[in-house]
This record gives sequence, structure tokens and C-alpha cells, in this order.
Amino acid sequence: MRAFEYVVADSPAAARALVREVDGARFYAGGTTLIDLMKSDVERPRRVVDISRLPLTSVERRGGVVRIGALARNSDVAYDALIAEHFPALSEALLSGASGQIRNAATVGGNLLQRTRCTYFRETRWRCNKREPGSGCDALDGFNRSHAVLGTSGACIATYPGDMAVALAALSARVVVEGDGGERTIALDDFYVLPGERPDRETAVAPGELITAVELDVLRLHARSRYLKVRDRASFEFALVSVACAVALDGGRIAQARLALGGVGTVPWRARDAESVLAGAAPDDAAFRRAAAAALEGAQPREHNGFKVELAQRAVVRALRGVCGGAA
Amino acid sequence: MRTTDPPLPSGRSAVPLTFRLNGREQTFTVEPQVTLLDLLRDRAGLSGTKKGCDRGQCGACTVLVNGRRTLSCLALALPHAGDEITTIEGLADGDELHAVQAAFVEHDAFQCGFCTPGQILSAVAVIAEDRAHTPAEIREAMSGNLCRCGAYPNIVAAISAVQGAR
Repeated sequence: MRAFEYVVADSPAAARALVREVDGARFYAGGTTLIDLMKSDVERPRRVVDISRLPLTSVERRGGVVRIGALARNSDVAYDALIAEHFPALSEALLSGASGQIRNAATVGGNLLQRTRCTYFRETRWRCNKREPGSGCDALDGFNRSHAVLGTSGACIATYPGDMAVALAALSARVVVEGDGGERTIALDDFYVLPGERPDRETAVAPGELITAVELDVLRLHARSRYLKVRDRASFEFALVSVACAVALDGGRIAQARLALGGVGTVPWRARDAESVLAGAAPDDAAFRRAAAAALEGAQPREHNGFKVELAQRAVVRALRGVCGGAA
Repeated sequence: MRTTDPPLPSGRSAVPLTFRLNGREQTFTVEPQVTLLDLLRDRAGLSGTKKGCDRGQCGACTVLVNGRRTLSCLALALPHAGDEITTIEGLADGDELHAVQAAFVEHDAFQCGFCTPGQILSAVAVIAEDRAHTPAEIREAMSGNLCRCGAYPNIVAAISAVQGAR
């Protein structure tokens, strides 16, 4: 690892000031992504600002909103009684990610900023527009089995790797960030930015802003939610495809549905067209298959990842069967 | 901002770091880029914590931080000021093995032994967490610890035995 300057922040405002002072400074919370990428020389911060002791770790309900502190550890959020009861898809997504050791270190804010697992991004000898804008993309015609089929561009097909944010997308979460003008709230749908020509720009967080919390609305819809993850091995593996879904059933029909996919998009993929298909439909396989087809509409596979289009549709059907209760 | 802030540990050079290591308060002089794993092995001389992949993928470097299992290879040392760190060297009580260590011996839960310190510390935490009880749940809870010798069935048996004896 290259040498860097280490400083400890004693408040969110101090943390933001310390990061702004030095180009290429990074916040350090759990360290699980940052240290990994620093060892690979993908991240080369000149200054690391330790925010791990800031008091942003609580999970609290205020009226109809649950607020999760950005420094809450993934394992603590997953097992939190409020989260398990009102947002089961979030608990399931968190517990499907990484390992027990990593979940004890990783934080909600850091997890939101998790970088892609694209080999061409993580190995500095390959060309990568995300790592070095304008250098090219060796994944386009490389071994791209794990890569995205939705939201891609001619500059980048790197998959968004996480689980938590896919559940947060289906649960219409909001990310709270603190900047010079105080707090602002970003809908999860607007938080992640499609790669386009600048895949190095991944989120709507501005330089010098700090994620302080995630907010979720307590709703009947969100309490009936599930997360399904399909991967190459049973545990401790990234998703090939994953599905987060939530439904409100009313009189034997689907009143409302929320659907988001992981493993297939360059960002957590909210499938609004599929949600429209499901709204008002009977919860049966015919409707689930129509929704699955709508969710993958426009998919653009490359040489090795075409299997994801069919796999994702089957996962959508299975996830919807589960959340709607039984075989439906 | 820096002129008004209270003094903080800062800079690229080595700074003192104090934490409790296996029950004893210790102070080291540490550069910012030193991981907790390298501190334990190279500065504290405790080579029981293993460096396998050094990328958070194998679990051989698992230690307990304030009783919670974590990967020492993906953590800087300096943020752990004041923490209580437990490594494999801190589990036994003198010559008397920790119950999980004894169960690993009893159930032949290792072959080459390289992953074993990480397996045992992870197992100690899994038992304390008290959420995994069936063999399937134990395998899921232990999935962050790889064993290239394939001792998994015996590792699960050792953990189950300790849980059953409690």
C-alpha cells in the first residue's frame, strides 16, 4: 500500500473539511472496500479521514420513518428488530452479502459507495474508463460473464455489485447527505448515476459531502418484501442476478408492487415497467412472467453474459411467487 | 479548520497506538498504511493470525475486535486505538485450551492448520452470536472462512459439539 496521511475526524463537519483540503482524500469507515482497492493500487488516496468513531450508528424510528445512521454496521442493521419487522428485504439482502466478518466491519454509508467487482477495473494493467476516464474498456470484448446487461454504455458495462442498495431501491429509500448547505435528501433512484461516457462518476454525492443516514418509510407494502439472490456458490459470493420485491395485496389482487434487480445493471436496477404490469394484476405466474419480461426489456448482453437475461426473469418469477405467498 | 481543531493523530509518519491485545494494554508505533494484520504479525510478533489472501476473501486473518469477529487484513491498525483485540494466542487459559480449540482437536477439524486460527476465532464468535444452530446455519455463518483441505464437515461437528455442551 502507498503511504498516505491519516487523520481522525471528531465531527461530520470536521470530516468534510479534512476531505476537502486534499485532492483525492477518502473517508474511512469500515475500510473493507477502500483497503482492498488501495492494496490493488486502484485507490491512491493522499489522505485518509477516519470517520469510524462518529456517532452515526443508530437505527431509530421517528413517526412513519426509520432512519439508519450511515455508520451502522451491516450486521447490526440486518438483525435490528425494526428492520427485520418492517423491511425484511433489507435484512435478507444484508445477510446475503459478504461474510459475517465483513458484515461486522462494513457500514451502510460505505456499502452504498461499494465499487464494482469488474476485473478490468480492479486490475490496473487493463484499460478501464471507470478507473482512468478515456482510457478505454477491456471488458467490452473481454471475459464479461459477470457484467451488466442493463444500463450499459459504450464506455462501461461494469455491474453494480451490492445487495443492500438493490433492496433499498425496491423500498424507495432516501439517502441523507450533509454538505456546506446542511442536509439534503437523495431518492435512491437518483443516487446512482448511469455510466454514459463518464463511468468514473457513480453517484450523486458531490465532493466534500458526507452520507449521514438512510431513511425508509414504514408501509404495509415494505413489510411484505423479499430478497432473492442467485450466485455461483451458496454463500460469500456476489450476485449473478438478484431480485428485491415488495407487494401490497388487496382482495386477491396486487394493489402495488416494487421491483429492483441486482447483478444485471450498472446501477441497482429499479424495474418500474414491471411494477406497472403487476399493479392490479392477479398474483399468478402469468402476471409474474409478464413482469419479468418487462423488467429485462432492452437488455443488451455481450458475448458471455447472455444467460443473465433468462436467469433474471426466472428469478423475478420465483421472487414474486415467494413474496405473494406460496405457489400463487 | 485545522487551526481550530483539537490536536489529532495526524501525518504520514509513525504515531503511537495503544489498545488491549489479548487482555494486556500495549503500545506500538505505527505508520498509517499498516494493517491490523501486519501489526499483529510483524510488530506484536503474534504469527498465529494468518495472512492468506490479504484481500478479505479467505478469513484466515479473522480476529475478535471488542468480541466481534472481523478481518484484520481489511482494517488499518490506527483506527483501533482503545479497542480490545483477541487473537488465537489469547484464547487458551494457560495450558488449558479454549473449548472451541479442544473441540477442533477432538473432532479432527483441520488438516494443514493454516486456516485454523481464523476458523476457531470465527467459530467462537458464531457460538457467542447464538444465531446458527443447525449444520446448514453453521455452514452459512462460517462461509467467510475457507479451508482448502476441506475439513468443513469436522469444523461443523466441532462447533455443534461446543454448542451442545453449553
